[in-house]
Amino acid sequence: MTPLLEVRGIDKSFGPVKVLHNVEFSAYAGEVTALVGDNGAGKSTLVKCIGGIYPIDAGQLLFDGAEVHVHSPRDAGELGIEIVYQDLALCDNLDIVQNMFLGRERKNGILLDEDSMEELAEKTLSGLSVRTVKSIRQQVSSLSGGQRQTVAIAKAVLWNSKVVILDEPTAALGVAQTAQVLELVRRLADTGLAVVLISHNMNDVFAVSDRIAALYLGRMAAQVKTADVTHAQVVELITSGRSGELGLKNGVTP
Amino acid sequence: MNKVKELPGEAIVAATQAPSIKNSFLAYVQRVRGGDMGALPAVLGLVVLCVVFAAARPSFLTAINFANLFTQGAAVTLIAMGLVFVLLLGEIDLSAGFASGVCAAVLAVTLTSAGLPWYVCMAAAILTGVVIGTVLGTLVAKVGIPSFVVTLAAFLAFQGLVLVLVHEGTNISIRDSVVVAIANKNLPPWLGWALYLVCVAIFAAVQLRRARSRTRRGLTADPLSLIAFRVGMLALFAGLAVAALNLERSRNPALVSLTGVPIVVPVILVLLVAWTLVLRRTAFGRHLYAVGGNTEAARRAGIPVDRIKISAFVICSAMAAVGGIVAASRASSVDPNTGGSSVLLYAVGAAVIGGTSLFGGKGRVLDAVLGGAVVAVIENGMGLMGYGASVKYLVTGSVLLLAAGVDALARKRAAAAGLR
Repeated sequence: MTPLLEVRGIDKSFGPVKVLHNVEFSAYAGEVTALVGDNGAGKSTLVKCIGGIYPIDAGQLLFDGAEVHVHSPRDAGELGIEIVYQDLALCDNLDIVQNMFLGRERKNGILLDEDSMEELAEKTLSGLSVRTVKSIRQQVSSLSGGQRQTVAIAKAVLWNSKVVILDEPTAALGVAQTAQVLELVRRLADTGLAVVLISHNMNDVFAVSDRIAALYLGRMAAQVKTADVTHAQVVELITSGRSGELGLKNGVTP
Repeated sequence: MNKVKELPGEAIVAATQAPSIKNSFLAYVQRVRGGDMGALPAVLGLVVLCVVFAAARPSFLTAINFANLFTQGAAVTLIAMGLVFVLLLGEIDLSAGFASGVCAAVLAVTLTSAGLPWYVCMAAAILTGVVIGTVLGTLVAKVGIPSFVVTLAAFLAFQGLVLVLVHEGTNISIRDSVVVAIANKNLPPWLGWALYLVCVAIFAAVQLRRARSRTRRGLTADPLSLIAFRVGMLALFAGLAVAALNLERSRNPALVSLTGVPIVVPVILVLLVAWTLVLRRTAFGRHLYAVGGNTEAARRAGIPVDRIKISAFVICSAMAAVGGIVAASRASSVDPNTGGSSVLLYAVGAAVIGGTSLFGGKGRVLDAVLGGAVVAVIENGMGLMGYGASVKYLVTGSVLLLAAGVDALARKRAAAAGLR
């Protein structure tokens, strides 16, 4: 099976600091790929390289088997890659529909086509089985953390996106809300999207992911199927870059 | 914060509640209690002030004084309408007052010294506003100087510029009949009524069409009763205003008849509708709110933040120019004080009293009109009561502080209620 999104041998430096070393990474349609790693392992940098926020120094980005060049978030959006950042990037003073269409409003001549936007937003939310919001004309400021996360995710899938990358979607949520968001993540993959889930939380990772990619000090320690590894092995990969047969062979010193 | 989630039963009930007059009213009460007061303080303030002044000075309620309110408040209201755009971004334009003075001076100089026709001179004045706004906006958005400092510098510089334009303090009088008519002449009574009918008809048609199109798509639409209520309220109050303005207000009707809606009223109305349309129904307006609410989110959504900021300053200064033209028309002259002294603070006050937030992201053009009305009533009423400038300044200052206090407290309350 060809991965929908594939990263080959990406290098990235910030001045003298090399953050990513020859990183390989794949995400498959219909699967949740968890991207794990300790603080500073390069998870966010990798995602920002994919999303076109940072230019890459070397390496290739393949989308659906063909090489692509992503120079800006807009390029990534056109390919169908959407990133939901940790701080969500929602405007508190706008309602749910307005946020979901922000920057890509539908127009009827020069005026906004509010009704068709509301219709599509409603369809998208119910397609994700979201029933927790009172009204989609509600201001985002009145939503809970989990609801905001849901809106941010719905915003990302509204655009017929093919790859959705979620940066720590459950980091700030309580137990019940975390379960809800994870359920949503699973549903996204089941509808055929390639989902990349960045997470620190092993429970979340094992609950929803099909594959796990572990970064260690800017190197891809291992990409494995979730079913093939144990909790402890993943923790070892995160903390030391290797675990028995898995991981970096010739050792990396910090 | 999690109330909705923990009470799914309640949430479903709320979603299925059809919008009726009663439910809309209940939702409004809830919003106000949650800290989103909207225009309520301005409307209440207006009612209280009118009652107090009417009780203290019966002359406050005369037809001539009612018409005076409009022409007195027009310039400040127009400047405040422009300021709303800048305030929506969380920025401020302290130079709007003197910008209007500069534009008025340009109008006066082109009319008198250059002797150009009135439409060329007005275009020149508005163009001056556009140039001023472009410069201010570029300095704020591209160079990154805080708007407070940029416009404070402009505030000082424009005072000098007005002096240069009017040759160190002479008073240039304006005799062009069209320019003078804007703030001093009235529509014939029949035209006032015709305009009234057109406005009410358009409002009703727009509301009905929106409801019909939403019902067709299966979205929740306002019921007919609510629309009828809104149209009725507009028809009632606008009708009363037109009727009052059409009363004879000349001291000696046999000699000169003085009736009709002042020409500035339709000018303000057209600009109010146009700018409201821009803010509420265009992508530009939506982006303006987005930049004011969360600049970073707007940037990530691909919105050209710098361009939006510059446009807001351009609109603000262009509206200041319109305000300057009206001020020049009312005084039939331009002097170094046009747009000076308290004009700017009255305009900022008008926008804030009307409910526009100084913190950005919240505000409407209508706020400027309501707040402008409050400011005009204070100024007018205090004048009738015989108080001097000292008391007027003190009262207006207190009202501005009160409005800003209400804004800040409402924000706090909204945060507590999870509305912000």
